[in-house]
Amino acid sequence: MDILELAFMQRALLAALLVGVTAPAIGVYLVQRRQALMGDGIGHVALTGVGLGFLLNTSPVWVATIVCVVGAVIMELIRSYGKARGDIALALLFYGGMAGGVMLMSLAPGGSNANLTTYLFGSITTVSQQDIVAICVLAAFVIVTTVGLRRQLFAICQDEEFARVTGLPVRVLNLLIAITAALTVTVAMRVVGLLLVSALMVIPVAASQQLARSFATTFAMAVAIGVLVTLSGTVTSYYVDVPSGATIVLMAIGVFLALTALATPLARKRADRAAAEERCTLDEPTPGPTTDDVRV
Amino acid sequence: MERPVISLRGATASLGSRPVLRGVDLTVGRGEVVALLGANGSGKSTAVRAVVGQVPLTGGELELFGTPRRRFRDWARVGYVPQRTTAAGGVPATVREVVSAGRLARTRLGPTRRADREAVVKALELVGMADRIKDSVNALSGGQHQRVLIARALAGEPELLIMDEPMAGVDLASQEVLANALREEVGRGATVLLVLHELGPLEPLIDRAVVLRDGCVVHDGPPPKAVGQHALPGHDHVHPHADPSAEPIRTGLLS
Repeated sequence: MDILELAFMQRALLAALLVGVTAPAIGVYLVQRRQALMGDGIGHVALTGVGLGFLLNTSPVWVATIVCVVGAVIMELIRSYGKARGDIALALLFYGGMAGGVMLMSLAPGGSNANLTTYLFGSITTVSQQDIVAICVLAAFVIVTTVGLRRQLFAICQDEEFARVTGLPVRVLNLLIAITAALTVTVAMRVVGLLLVSALMVIPVAASQQLARSFATTFAMAVAIGVLVTLSGTVTSYYVDVPSGATIVLMAIGVFLALTALATPLARKRADRAAAEERCTLDEPTPGPTTDDVRV
Repeated sequence: MERPVISLRGATASLGSRPVLRGVDLTVGRGEVVALLGANGSGKSTAVRAVVGQVPLTGGELELFGTPRRRFRDWARVGYVPQRTTAAGGVPATVREVVSAGRLARTRLGPTRRADREAVVKALELVGMADRIKDSVNALSGGQHQRVLIARALAGEPELLIMDEPMAGVDLASQEVLANALREEVGRGATVLLVLHELGPLEPLIDRAVVLRDGCVVHDGPPPKAVGQHALPGHDHVHPHADPSAEPIRTGLLS
């Protein structure tokens, strides 16, 4: 395959692979505690980081990383202190981040809306050598955290009050989730873009939930789906010349719809089996080997 | 005399600007089973949440196992069943996964060993849910959810069990199972503090009842047997009922 001999495609595929692993890996915890849109919020804030990077003429990825982490930590603090108007505070943060990014970008020498677009919607084939180093380092951190601390993170996302009473360092772990989500956003920024980052955190998880019954399976399947759509989306965008981010996200939605269609009869069959076990029965001998008349 | 397991003296606490506890004294000795009773809004739930450190006290003193709450770190000795109607989160999870979270009280950030896995199975056996260990918690009835939450607290093999309305919305069969599980724990020497709406099948196990009204203790002594919990001020009855989410009713008319 000649596609693998092109240096920019090698970088693109590596970046796609890492995004496919990391975004669902942290996304599963965010979905578990019903914070599915946190990635979207961080994505908005990241834009200020990108603008700042252009203005200071430094790597937008690293500046965006720092800004994302700060934004995510603020979001986590707002969440954990449960201030009455937390949603308003988050809205200020999101739109402030977005507007700040646009403003800084326009002030930057040589900054233009075209540059902005590559960060908003991803531009995987322009991933530089420098970007790929940053993506690898950040992705390693995300994977080590989400896999190494899976039991602890599962517990605090499942029932935070209970987790605090077990004596886990819940506050530290919550901050770690926020920071990990922020790093994932910057990992995924070049591949799917800031506006579509959250899709890769949420949709593979939602898709794998259709079939999975355990958290471990949901996690593993979400990562598998993530890798599948990021790699195939990247290859498709090379051959067909369509934007990578949009291709990947639409593919993920396709997988979600396919699994949902597959899961519906499966769930019905499961429910029927349970119903057959628990159905009221008269004390009569049942004729024949099967009385399963509710099969669909 | 041995130091009490829980010692709450003159505790005050507020939720927002509303005082919820107004000077509560509560002592639970080793091996005792104490029920906290009272109407909705009497402060009983806040009292247990204060004991486990989830509601800050604005005044008074709290000691756990003789250690001031502020310096208490030995959370593995405490098993907590928060007030919940479901064990499910936003992502599917099996019974084993949920109950294993309770074992973190002992393993903390370390790895899971064989003894930990065995403790999880044992806790599930105690509540009669061992055969559902691989099932998704989404497939459980209300009473089974509560049994899973109690198993989660038992998985850490606690000395003190604190339960906030473990019988709310639980069918009678599950109430009996939970009463038996509790009896075994007490037989093993566990100390229990539980918030209850009505004594129900737990009545024979209860050593002492503390009744709260408007954030103050109005009774501390034998469980109010003769008149029953129905005579408590502001009592409202919570009947055990069939779980509505368990199965849709098949009338045969539409299928």
